[in-house]
Amino acid sequence: MSANKKSNLEILKNGLFGENTIFRMAISLCPAIAVTSGMKNGVALGIAVVFVQTMVNMTISMIRGFIHPKIRIPIFMLVIAGYVTIIDMLMSTYARPIYKEIGLYIQIIVAFASIFARAEVFASKNRVWPSMVDGFASGAGFLLAMIVISFFRELLGKGELFGYSIIAGNPLLIMVLPAGGFIVVGLLMGFFNWVDIKFFGGKGASGAG
Amino acid sequence: MDMELLKRLFELVVSSALINNFVFTMFLGLCIFFGVSRKMETAVGMSITFTAVMVVSAALSWVVFEYIMKPYGLEFLQIIIFIGVVAAFVQSADTIMKKVSPSLYYKLGVYLALITTNCIILAVPLINAREGYSFLESIAFGLGSGLGFGLAMIIMASIREKLEMADVPVPFRGLPISFVLAGLIALAFTGFSGLIRL
Repeated sequence: MSANKKSNLEILKNGLFGENTIFRMAISLCPAIAVTSGMKNGVALGIAVVFVQTMVNMTISMIRGFIHPKIRIPIFMLVIAGYVTIIDMLMSTYARPIYKEIGLYIQIIVAFASIFARAEVFASKNRVWPSMVDGFASGAGFLLAMIVISFFRELLGKGELFGYSIIAGNPLLIMVLPAGGFIVVGLLMGFFNWVDIKFFGGKGASGAG
Repeated sequence: MDMELLKRLFELVVSSALINNFVFTMFLGLCIFFGVSRKMETAVGMSITFTAVMVVSAALSWVVFEYIMKPYGLEFLQIIIFIGVVAAFVQSADTIMKKVSPSLYYKLGVYLALITTNCIILAVPLINAREGYSFLESIAFGLGSGLGFGLAMIIMASIREKLEMADVPVPFRGLPISFVLAGLIALAFTGFSGLIRL
């Protein structure tokens, strides 16, 4: 896995597209639907994840020589929880209106499988700088997915982007309802699989599910 | 126990199971929801484990919150402490399950290990603390959430078993079609909103 040294650019590409958290790996799905009814919230959570993921990977990579393999899980959890607490406090102070809506999901970042997975798969085996790039790439992949999903949901559901009215007339209310979130993610996943099969000769990552 | 309290607890169970269903209206625990709902048998096993873990962890973290964190003003550490409490409990549940029911353990092993990184498990104590529920209310909330999650899993598993026979377009096989399905079920669950006003 880490034996074949990858360049930073490859790591970045892998995090953004090849192993995109939401569409390809299908983990950390909860917030992808919960906060994407508007772009503002989606982007805010995405940025929080980029921060946490990068810092966690950096920290784990720095202390990887001192962690006994048997107790690595609690240690990872502690590191992640520490950074989540930081971002939680920062947002509750400086971004109060957004925090009121998505505060619970910010705290829930602790339980993100993707952050844990990157720490386990990459940061605990690699040097500090590549680990930070990997964390950033994986977080950016998440941010990208959040932007795409919330773009469609806000545009179709409210006729707005970032709260500014774009389309006049009656929007499709279902898109901002919980049900719409599931359906949009499902259709987008199907679309990306289709692109993968049609143009890149892949088999569709989640096809086995 | 007086009627008022019983009524309130019953309302909490029903509202957290149906109206504020974790999966369909709050979108928590989706990883496990989509991961384990492929077969009925595993879905049922997972729901039972989940409900049990949820009730006990709600009770445990209420005690910790009320008697340790509040007196010492440690509320700001709630994320770290709750995840610690829950993780410790899940680890022991894991060990017990391995001894008591090895067959179930081998089926759910992977997901049991991941249960700590499941949002619901952490969300229950966080919401309990935020809403300031009493001890019994916390337990009722945990129970209702667990039941709601189990209900969602079982509905989903029964549909997905039928789906095996269906001719789904290739790009939509597996997860994408499951998401669309979940969307349709969520639409049905919106019918519950307004059932009870808390």
